[in-house]
Amino acid sequence: MLEGLAGLFPNGVERYAVGGLLVGLGTLVVYAGTGIAAGASTFLESTLSYVSDASRFQQYRPSRDWRVLFTVSIVAGAAVYAVLFQGGAWTTAVEPWRLFVGGVFVGVGTRVGKGCTSGHGICGVGSVSRTSLVGVATFVLVAILTANAVAALGVSP
Amino acid sequence: MKRHPLFAPLVVIGGLIFGFGLGYSHMARPEVVIDFLLFEDLGLLFVMFGGSIVAGLGFWLLPKLRDGAPLTGRPYERRLKSFDRNVLVGGVIFGVGWGLAGICPGAAYASLGVGNWPILYAVAGMFLGAYAQGVWRSQRSTDTDAVPSDD
Repeated sequence: MLEGLAGLFPNGVERYAVGGLLVGLGTLVVYAGTGIAAGASTFLESTLSYVSDASRFQQYRPSRDWRVLFTVSIVAGAAVYAVLFQGGAWTTAVEPWRLFVGGVFVGVGTRVGKGCTSGHGICGVGSVSRTSLVGVATFVLVAILTANAVAALGVSP
Repeated sequence: MKRHPLFAPLVVIGGLIFGFGLGYSHMARPEVVIDFLLFEDLGLLFVMFGGSIVAGLGFWLLPKLRDGAPLTGRPYERRLKSFDRNVLVGGVIFGVGWGLAGICPGAAYASLGVGNWPILYAVAGMFLGAYAQGVWRSQRSTDTDAVPSDD
């Protein structure tokens, strides 16, 4: 039984649990001070409002400055982790075309679907929002199917 | 817009903790996400549940303690979005991208922070996708689901 469980968690759970608690804490710090449940994907559209006049982006103008600050801070926080625990830079072996094409889908899907893994996954699930629970179930299920299909086609990594 | 002087510092502190957590959880690595989706390492369950439980405790407790947030006066409300077909359509499209690239927006920003420069391919793709859907939806006058922004 325990060996079976260990097989599902070959890297243990400490890094995931501690990391997840910190992700939640970062969200909570912003929410406690401002009442804003900050998701990560809105940054994409709010930042586009600096360079595009398309009406869809203009609703995010008031929040675009602090969203840039939030995102830059996410990058910096991860860099602190890299310096303290990772021993320098780490780079992925996943093919650039997968990153780019996947990125396009993520950009479309998170904005059409009203949230991403942080907006729906952390803030929405934390709010017990039925919309977010359905959204998370949808993208997790489709992602599992996609990743397995890609692996079955022999693409690795 | 005039903001409380502590607004920006608080956003920075929150972002730093959020980004550090994503680095520490290894979710900033596409390989880890893909391994999760292939059922080879289910550790990411702890990231999502851990994060949503901590956030959820705050969303539940803070409204009982105070009427509004100290820096904005905004009422403490849960994050509730209306449900419609877009949630499903967008969820499917996002799922394809997450499964293909192993990356989501927050983790992509954090990935840049851990030194993973190739993630810029994904960031460029995300901006392109967000731009394309934004222009498309801006041109369709029937789409009036603009929501109030987060100040």
